[in-house]
Amino acid sequence: MYKIIEKTFFSENVVKFEIEAPRIAKARRAGHFVIVKIGKKGERFPLTIAGADRVKGTITLVVQKVGVSSRKLTALNVGDHITDLVGPLGQATHIDNKGTVLACGGGVGVAPLLPIVEAYKKAGNRVVTVIAARNKDLIILEDQIREYSDKLVIMTDDGSYGQKGLITDGMEQIIKDEDIAEAMIIGPAVMMKFASLTTKKHNIPTLASLNTIMVDGTGMCGACRITVAGKTKFVCVDGPEFNAHDVDFDEMLLRLGGYKEIEKEAETDYLKQCE
Amino acid sequence: MENRSESLKTERNEAWRSDLRKNIKAKDRTSLIRAKMNEVDANVRIKSYVEVNSGLTVEQAQQEAARCIDCANPTCINGCPVEINIPKFVKRIEQGEFLEAARVLKETSTLPAVCGRVCPQEKQCEANCFYTQKLKKEPVAIGYLERFAADYERESGQMSVPETATSNNIKIGVIGSGPAGLTFAGEMAKKGYSITVFEALHEIGGVLKYGIPEFRLPNDIVDVEIDNLRKMGVQFETNFVVGKTVSFDDLKEEGYKAFFAGSGAGLPRFMGIPGENYIGIQSSNEYLTRINLMHAAEQDTDTPVVSGKNVMVIGGGNTAMDSVRTAKRLGADRAMIVYRRGMDEMPARKEEIHHAIEEGVEFITLANPIEYFADEKGRVNKVKIQKMELGEPDASGRRRPVAIEGSEYLIEVSTVVVSVGVSPNPLIPDSLPELTTTKWGTIEVNEDTLQSSINTVFAGGDIVRGGATVILAMGDGRRAAQSMDNFLKKNEQ
Ligand SMILES: Cc1cc2nc3c(=O)[nH]c(=O)nc-3n(C[C@H](O)[C@H](O)[C@H](O)COP(=O)(O)OP(=O)(O)OC[C@H]3O[C@@H](n4cnc5c(N)ncnc54)[C@H](O)[C@@H]3O)c2cc1C
Ligand SMILES: Cc1cc2nc3c(=O)[nH]c(=O)nc-3n(C[C@H](O)[C@H](O)[C@H](O)COP(=O)(O)OP(=O)(O)OC[C@H]3O[C@@H](n4cnc5c(N)ncnc54)[C@H](O)[C@@H]3O)c2cc1C
Ligand code: SF4
Ligand code: SF4
Ligand code: FES
Repeated sequence: MYKIIEKTFFSENVVKFEIEAPRIAKARRAGHFVIVKIGKKGERFPLTIAGADRVKGTITLVVQKVGVSSRKLTALNVGDHITDLVGPLGQATHIDNKGTVLACGGGVGVAPLLPIVEAYKKAGNRVVTVIAARNKDLIILEDQIREYSDKLVIMTDDGSYGQKGLITDGMEQIIKDEDIAEAMIIGPAVMMKFASLTTKKHNIPTLASLNTIMVDGTGMCGACRITVAGKTKFVCVDGPEFNAHDVDFDEMLLRLGGYKEIEKEAETDYLKQCE
Repeated sequence: MENRSESLKTERNEAWRSDLRKNIKAKDRTSLIRAKMNEVDANVRIKSYVEVNSGLTVEQAQQEAARCIDCANPTCINGCPVEINIPKFVKRIEQGEFLEAARVLKETSTLPAVCGRVCPQEKQCEANCFYTQKLKKEPVAIGYLERFAADYERESGQMSVPETATSNNIKIGVIGSGPAGLTFAGEMAKKGYSITVFEALHEIGGVLKYGIPEFRLPNDIVDVEIDNLRKMGVQFETNFVVGKTVSFDDLKEEGYKAFFAGSGAGLPRFMGIPGENYIGIQSSNEYLTRINLMHAAEQDTDTPVVSGKNVMVIGGGNTAMDSVRTAKRLGADRAMIVYRRGMDEMPARKEEIHHAIEEGVEFITLANPIEYFADEKGRVNKVKIQKMELGEPDASGRRRPVAIEGSEYLIEVSTVVVSVGVSPNPLIPDSLPELTTTKWGTIEVNEDTLQSSINTVFAGGDIVRGGATVILAMGDGRRAAQSMDNFLKKNEQ
């Protein structure tokens, strides 16, 4: 089980995998994620299920190299097996026909955004999407996203592709022209914080899909906890989607940094080993 | 009941038992001194995860077994939730028939090596021993002896695999691989059922693996028991969350006829006080899972753990003791327990508290955290503690802690572990809306049969009792197996 069937590079640092996992392929809905562990001594880390083929019994994961575990995964090849893979976890997205929806993805957040955009489109919405990254090389899944979007705006910090500017600039443009019923934002915590402030200013109901640190992913440890509307919630079982305007993004940003120094050291060691 | 006391009597009258009794006068037996558990020195053991208790030697065990006077009315058995025939196994030890002793244990207990280590014996069998009750002396060390016999059998390499009936090809699903699920699986396999145990995590064993640390219960010991179940034909599927990976309906379609839910009470509780989400404040589940399941303390694993120089653990149960003693082993200079009642009220096992004191753990009792403070990076650095006093007894009969206004003071910390209890795992109730639960979120079952409101779903262990004990979970697994077997046979007719 969990055999890698296909591996595609979107860029040097972003890889798409198709993995044999028939049960998960059958059970998953948009918004679900899996927990992956590579090797006996690997750590457990979450990845969104970007798509699934029920007939082939495979799921799609898109992973960006950011540290040791994501690098270990991207080093695997077709025919290799993933040691542990569990899911689908979390609450599925509730998707209805709302009219016009705004989908915003920053960086690798575009990967988990893809199944949601697809589901929005299939539910009959007009889908307007903004994707943003630091530069051209970090823009991923453009074609796939375009397939399900009625309109696509691309933003880069340095202007190397699409328009120059932040995701919020792209959002403002769209909000001016369109009558948005609902927004969905996925990306780095800082981006989500500001994207959320933008939609709040315009009174647009907004969901954010949160990428906190996780261990078990089943509600057992509390590592993934955040504050939503003043209450502690566990992202792995209560989320990963929440009403963005209720999320305490500042707290989330702090908590994401909790293991930064240890992780950085581990990555440096790992890269040395690889040489 | 009649039958039991009759059979106990018959067994007691067997020649070997009567002869043993005559060997030593009861008076001489009662003047023997209780065996002391051999331990690794506190200063040595806090530098590693070596098991603290190293077991009794053969001589110690036989001498301790000789203390038991083989009572005509063995009250000790009433204190054991699974009614192990205590005098019978103890006398086998006195006789030197250690493998026989282990066999007696296995008549009623699936995991004797585990219970001998983690059972709160002092509150159960040993509290009901004739020595405690009538002689006002230290009880026979039933737990030590149980561990001795089970370890002897395992180390002898002659572990007996229980016989299984010919397969009846009836598929039964077990949800969760903690002591409740493992016991249920073993009992049903013996009866010839085809058993598959589904476990959400990547390791089998539930709390025995992810919660209770190596220094109290080495994982190898649990693995041996799991291997035995495999030899009995039990199948295990890890990374499998029932209700998520597949639904109950899917499993029924795959041919599963009935289910046992032993999904535990694995959800951590927090206190809801200001600052509780600062970095460095974690639940005991997170802390212990990182160390025990993910082996975060080992150099070559990828999972990190934060554990600083001043570690404060909130709570007074077994989980709190395991956390604070783990902190010591991770190099804390100051490892503190903060508990809102007094030393005597602490729910943790006495042995664990004693070991924690030996290891240099500080106990701050009659104290409660009310707020956390952090540095500019959001990392916890101080805790505001309020002193407490004991007031009138509450519903549980324990004296209620009452806050002393104006008594607040600050303690510097680098890490905090919150260990104030757990809640039932909601995954199974959530995926079975017809299932009746209590207001605490536990699954409601018939007390005798452990059958839930859905007649093909039985449940036991912490998912029914809330946070309880290993032996109670095992007792439930056993009872549920018996009543599910009865139920399925009756339905067949
Ligand atoms: C529900 C959920 C879905 C996710 N889906 C995807 C996905 O589809 N594709 C994908 O590539 N990633 C996804 N992530 C993020 C992914 O889990 C992390 O990137 C991964 O755990 C990093 O592990 P690592 O060991 O490689 O890096 P680490 O060594 O753990 O981290 C390296 C650096 O990244 C930062 N970092 C670590 N974890 C996160 C995080 N969760 N968010 C932001 N920064 C982080 C660290 O602070 C550090 O600076 C998801 C996370 C969640 C919670
Ligand atoms: C740190 C700690 C120390 C303890 N010390 C002691 C002690 O010294 N003595 C003592 O007697 N007791 C002790 N206890 C309590 C004891 O461990 C528990 O009472 C006992 O383990 C309960 O057993 P269980 O089988 O009901 O559940 P658990 O051991 O909790 O096992 C439940 C399993 O079910 C799995 N699961 C849950 N939902 C699903 C699902 N939907 N699909 C698949 N799998 C699922 C979980 O992942 C878990 O592995 C301690 C507990 C802790 C946490
Ligand atoms: S299982 Fe526990 S209570 Fe029963 S005899 Fe053994 S130690 Fe005592
Ligand atoms: S009560 Fe104590 S002395 Fe009597 S049989 Fe039981 S263990 Fe032995
Ligand atoms: S990851 Fe452990 S509770 Fe969410």
